Amino acid sequence: MDLRLAAARHAASAGRAKGIYAMDIGLGHYLSVGAILFAVGMAGIFLNRKNVIVILMSIELMLLSVNINFVAFSQFLGDLTGQVFAFMVLTVAAAEAAIGLAILVAYFRNRGDISVDDANLMKN
Amino acid sequence: MTFGALMFYVFAFVAVASAVMVISARNPVYSVMFLISTFIATSGLFILMGAEYLAMVLVVVYVGAVAVLFLFVVMMLDVDFVELKQGFWQFAPIGGVVATIIVVELILVVAAWAFPDDASIARAHPIPTAAQTGANPDAPNNIEALGLVLYTDYVHYFQIAGLILLIAMIGAIVLTFRTREGVRRQDPASQVARRQIDSIELKQVKSGQGI
Repeated sequence: MDLRLAAARHAASAGRAKGIYAMDIGLGHYLSVGAILFAVGMAGIFLNRKNVIVILMSIELMLLSVNINFVAFSQFLGDLTGQVFAFMVLTVAAAEAAIGLAILVAYFRNRGDISVDDANLMKN
Repeated sequence: MTFGALMFYVFAFVAVASAVMVISARNPVYSVMFLISTFIATSGLFILMGAEYLAMVLVVVYVGAVAVLFLFVVMMLDVDFVELKQGFWQFAPIGGVVATIIVVELILVVAAWAFPDDASIARAHPIPTAAQTGANPDAPNNIEALGLVLYTDYVHYFQIAGLILLIAMIGAIVLTFRTREGVRRQDPASQVARRQIDSIELKQVKSGQGI
C-alpha cells in the first residue's frame, strides 16, 4: 500500500496526465460535448415519440455521451479505471441494442406496425 | 490554435451536428448514417484524448455491428416512416425546453470542473505520463496498460460483460426465432433410423394383371 501511494505521489509530482495531442483543450471542453450529446439524445426521445427505432438510436447517443465523460475523466485524472468502465457501458449498450431491435422485430411481426402510441397488447 | 485544438473542434462539431440530424432526419436510413458519422467523430475525440483502443473498439462495435443491425432492421420493417413522423413538431417545444435545461445545467456544473491537487493520490491504476515513460520503447501503450488492468483487477467485470453478451445473444435469438409451417426440412435422425423393411415392400404381381 505504501508502495502504491509512493508511486501515485511520484506520478502526481511528474505532472497531471493529459492527452498528448490536445494540450490546450481541457476537461471542460470534452464534458461539454458529452453534455450536448446527452441533451440531443434526450430531445430525440421527446421528438420522435412514435418511432421506436429513432428512440433506440437516441438511447445509443446518450450512452455514447456517458462514455465520452468516462474517458475524459479517466484521461485527465490519469486513472485507467474509467476506461475499463467505459468498456462495460459499451458492452451493455451493444446488448441493449440487440435486445431492443429483437423486441422491435417481434412486435412488428405481431402487430404489423411499430407505433408506440397504441402499444397496449398487455392491457387487452 | 494548435492542430489538436482544431481537430477537437472539428470532431466535436461533426459529432453534435450529426447527432442533431439523427433525431431530425425524415428517413430512418439517414438517421442510421448520421449515427455512424457521430460514432466516427466521437472515436476521433477518443483518439485526441489518448484512449486509442476504445476509439478503435467504438468503430468496430458501433459502426461495424450496432449501426449495421439498425440498418438491417430499418430495411426489414415495412413501415410508413412518414406517418411515424407525425407529432414531431407537437412535442418540439417541450423537448427543446427540457434539452436546453439539461444542457445548461450540465455545462454549468461540469465546464468549470477541476480536480483537487490531491486527487491523483487516490488513483487506482495511474496512467504513466509521457514525462515518466519518455522515449522508452518498452513502456506500455494504451492497449497494453488497459489489458494489464482488465485481465487482472477487473477480470470478474470482464466475465460479467461476457455473460451479458451471451444472455443478449440468447434473448435475441429466442425473441426472433419462429418455426414456419409447411417447410420441408431435413431430419437426419429419421433418415438414420430408416430400415429396409419399412421402406421397401415386395409385391407378387401376377402376369397380365395390375396391382
